Amino acid sequence: MHELGIVFYIIRDVKEVAERNNVGLVSKVVMDIGEVSTVVPEYLQDCWKWAVGKEPLLEGCELEICTVPAVSWCEDCKREYPTVRYGRTCPVCNGGSTYLLRGNEVEIREIEVKE
Amino acid sequence: MDDKVRIIEIKRNVFEDNNLEAEKLRASLKRDGVFLLNLMSSPGSGKTSTLIQLIDRIKDKFKVSVMEADIDSDVDAVKIREATGIETIQLHTGGMCHLDAGMTEQGLRNLDLKDTDIVILENVGNLVCPAEFDTGSCANAMILSVPEGDDKPLKYPLMFSVCDLVIINKIDVLPYFDFDIGRCRRHISLRNPGARVIPICARTGEGVDELAGWLTDEVNNWKNK
Repeated sequence: MHELGIVFYIIRDVKEVAERNNVGLVSKVVMDIGEVSTVVPEYLQDCWKWAVGKEPLLEGCELEICTVPAVSWCEDCKREYPTVRYGRTCPVCNGGSTYLLRGNEVEIREIEVKE
Repeated sequence: MDDKVRIIEIKRNVFEDNNLEAEKLRASLKRDGVFLLNLMSSPGSGKTSTLIQLIDRIKDKFKVSVMEADIDSDVDAVKIREATGIETIQLHTGGMCHLDAGMTEQGLRNLDLKDTDIVILENVGNLVCPAEFDTGSCANAMILSVPEGDDKPLKYPLMFSVCDLVIINKIDVLPYFDFDIGRCRRHISLRNPGARVIPICARTGEGVDELAGWLTDEVNNWKNK
């Protein structure tokens, strides 16, 4: 349940951007969340709903979560494969020298503001 | 008048602020000659008992303080203070499952760091969240206890990949569990080839000398680096 802590970080970053851009109300925050980032989207939404109620700048603000599929790279056969299905072993050559290319993101992509 | 909607692109990693704060904290610890050890584990793995044994072996050489982080209560802080006599403070995370660099820094402000060599941070008992947040520590260690099973490194890979040291505790009960230390070492090295592994028993003190040796070397390296 680190989602609550992550929500506090998101709010801090969004507030900072909003202040810099003289924004009165943020209506939507779009996040990129990697499939293997260990962030559970449902928990993030629950924590978000609770936390934005306490911030006038974010009143009723929607949280949109875009899932980034996890993709690994095999050093032995130089190929990409889906991480969640095959884990750390390459499904083509059975090699173990693999690493994650993407899928670990916890990133604020953009915010939508009313002027 | 209709509200106009505007999109502001941010593209920012949520952990970035914490990572920056952690780097700043490490630099200030370096200036003060203080070594901060972040100790993590599941609840019940024996963090507090291990600390009591460890502190007993190093407190004549180093000035040590402990910060206990929990969601509530101060039972661990009291236990360590009573058993070792060293300065111990309790941090309450207010429901959060981990500590971040900002909370760690706040905690450090409540300790008398003058002449302090080592601060040990006993993180919240949890193998998921504390691994995500850099506390600003100089080294990360975790305790895995025998009853938890030798497959934990497979189930919580991030935790094992951020640790410099894995302590395997409760080795006195090895005959009663299907825990294979060799297999566990292989699982750990798959995630983190550089991690040191030290098996101990906090109840009998077995292996704690080796642990004290590891910490002594780390502290000396940190101070002279």
